[in-house]
Amino acid sequence: MGFIHNMGLWSVTPGLLGMWLIGLTLIYLAIKKQYEPLLLLPIGFGILLANLPNAELMTEGQGLLWRFYHYGIEWEIIPPLIFLGLGALTDFGPLLSQPRLIFLGAGAQVGVYITFFVAYAMGFTLPEAASIGIIGGSDGPTTIYLASKLAPQLLGVVAVAAYSYMALVPIIQPPIMRLLTTEKERKIRMHKGRKITHNEKLLFPVVATVVIILLVPPSAPLMAMFMLGNLFRESKVVERLSDTAQNALLNIVTIFLGVSVGATMNADTFFRRDVIFIFVLGLLAFMCSTASGIILAKLMNLFTSNKINPLIGAAGVSAVPMSARVAQKMATAADKKNYIIMFAMGPNIAGVIGTLIAAGVFLAMLK
Amino acid sequence: MSEKVLAPLAGNIWQVHVKAGDTVEEDDDLLIIEALKMENIIYAPCSGKVIEVKVQKGDQVDEDAVLVLIEPSDD
Repeated sequence: MGFIHNMGLWSVTPGLLGMWLIGLTLIYLAIKKQYEPLLLLPIGFGILLANLPNAELMTEGQGLLWRFYHYGIEWEIIPPLIFLGLGALTDFGPLLSQPRLIFLGAGAQVGVYITFFVAYAMGFTLPEAASIGIIGGSDGPTTIYLASKLAPQLLGVVAVAAYSYMALVPIIQPPIMRLLTTEKERKIRMHKGRKITHNEKLLFPVVATVVIILLVPPSAPLMAMFMLGNLFRESKVVERLSDTAQNALLNIVTIFLGVSVGATMNADTFFRRDVIFIFVLGLLAFMCSTASGIILAKLMNLFTSNKINPLIGAAGVSAVPMSARVAQKMATAADKKNYIIMFAMGPNIAGVIGTLIAAGVFLAMLK
Repeated sequence: MSEKVLAPLAGNIWQVHVKAGDTVEEDDDLLIIEALKMENIIYAPCSGKVIEVKVQKGDQVDEDAVLVLIEPSDD
């Protein structure tokens, strides 16, 4: 009889059923629509698992998923390891060949700060407002890292919002890009930057690490791993480490990241009015970041004869390389021989660094 | 003097649509370069006859690599 009495079946509540539905929806979107499947699939399953009554997978001190979450995210292990892999995957060449493009990556962080102030004005605390604003950077691991340190109660929601909007980049960005650019601007063909030497690519991760961490120390864990991964890649002497960081290790930690983030979501934290606001604010952040990147590119064009196609400003949000692809598609629609995707990678990569720095600034101010 | 068609970006040769001896019109598809999981069609810069195709499917090319040589038609 004890067996029957202990069945989770008797403890199913409407709230839990609602969470199952959300988990299953994310699994559906990941499999059928291919929306960020590498993250939304484990997140969706994590939500389902964490909301099975009496399974106690998220019980503090003993649950399996709690251990993943505690040692992986609260101990700050997983996000930096993700960045190690991203660094090994990143080619800074497009950025180094036209350093002025770094401004576009920085400009696209405007949405982060606008949303931060709007969220605060709406009644969220400063740490919560920062965790919501960072969605505008459209960088999943940075969003998770910042939220886990500043507002862990919002972690699941802001992570799902960030990954949802990243999956929707090809839908959200084009109308804003069309609205803010003329046909003539979309046809601008960009000139090649200078050739980058191997030594420059080697020096960049070392110099960038020292300079950025000296300026914004709280960005250190993510920035250090990002640049170490990149040094693995560019050194050309540790192919095995570079390969492991960008493939096997990245895949392994992605599994634990997704499941852990999903497991933080429960009915108490999810079915609140605030959650709707967080999704709306996240969208606002994302749209403002897209717009500010484009507007900054147009402003830069006022002062230079070597024109920038303002479409690449939208790639300043760090959804790599989706937003660079969107910029290329828009450029090709205006002029089929216009190839801007490699130029768009400049602001795209700069956007990753910009979002990292924005997170570091929030941590320095609010932690 | 033949016209060199250069790679506007680095990537993988995904498809080759022409071969030596073919006649092409300006803006015809020559080949597709895949970069960042995106297909970029490379078009003929002029009308003429394909003299040589320097790449084949699966090749990795750098930016500015010569892809195709075209003998422009007189008109």
